Amino acid sequence: MKRTFPILGILTAILLSYALYQALVVAPTEQTMGDVQRIFYYHVPSAWTAFTLFFINFAASIYYLAKRSPAADIVALTTGEIGVVFLLVNLITGPIWARPVWGIWWTWDWRLTSTLVTWLIYVSYLFLRRFASGGQTPTLAAATAIFGGLCIPFVYFSIWFFRTQHPQPVMGGGGSIDPRMMHALLMNWLAFMCFAFLVCWSRYRLEKLRREVDAAHALESLKDVARSAR
Amino acid sequence: MSGNGYLYAAYAATWIIHIGYLATIVSRYARLKREIEELKR
Repeated sequence: MKRTFPILGILTAILLSYALYQALVVAPTEQTMGDVQRIFYYHVPSAWTAFTLFFINFAASIYYLAKRSPAADIVALTTGEIGVVFLLVNLITGPIWARPVWGIWWTWDWRLTSTLVTWLIYVSYLFLRRFASGGQTPTLAAATAIFGGLCIPFVYFSIWFFRTQHPQPVMGGGGSIDPRMMHALLMNWLAFMCFAFLVCWSRYRLEKLRREVDAAHALESLKDVARSAR
Repeated sequence: MSGNGYLYAAYAATWIIHIGYLATIVSRYARLKREIEELKR
């Protein structure tokens, strides 16, 4: 088990390098946008990874509410936090692509606004977990996470239901894409998923240890109270 | 900024965000280790 993490870390680093090579070198240059289109190989997989993590967060939150499992609560916290990081990458790389292509950094269209609102919901979820006190915090957080999870399909389908400036989806949108572009896109998604898995693993272990230390602190305090009562 | 400038800015921003987040995990681990050492004493 001790060796698994470094081995997976090395494999993920190789995969990330290979995916970067595919994105910057192998994938053909798009005719209209030029090299700036290559931002898409980080922008789209970041969103897909974030949504996958939010889906796990949603499932873990429902499981926590049903079974009160501390492990499910830690999984929910972990995936929520790392999902926020990946969606932040998506929200930052989007405007960097939009500026040279659209001529503006941001527009309040359905896709962009719903993505920002979803990100803010998950940021408030993390604030709730960080600053609320009392035994009901995981329950309140799970309820917030379920609400956040229900926003994800709306974000994804917003470009189908409404007229938006955002490009149509890569898959299922009716258009076609060069196979080398699709390969670069899927490789980057796979690499980001492996990277996210490793970060989730580290964060899960950290949170588990944090709770054990808090329990030890609580036990120490109880012993102090017992000693002073004697 | 040229097209390549925007491309490099986006890729750099991605890794700055990820490395920044990893740094917070490392710092939280270090703080927790110090707490564990104090508890052992």
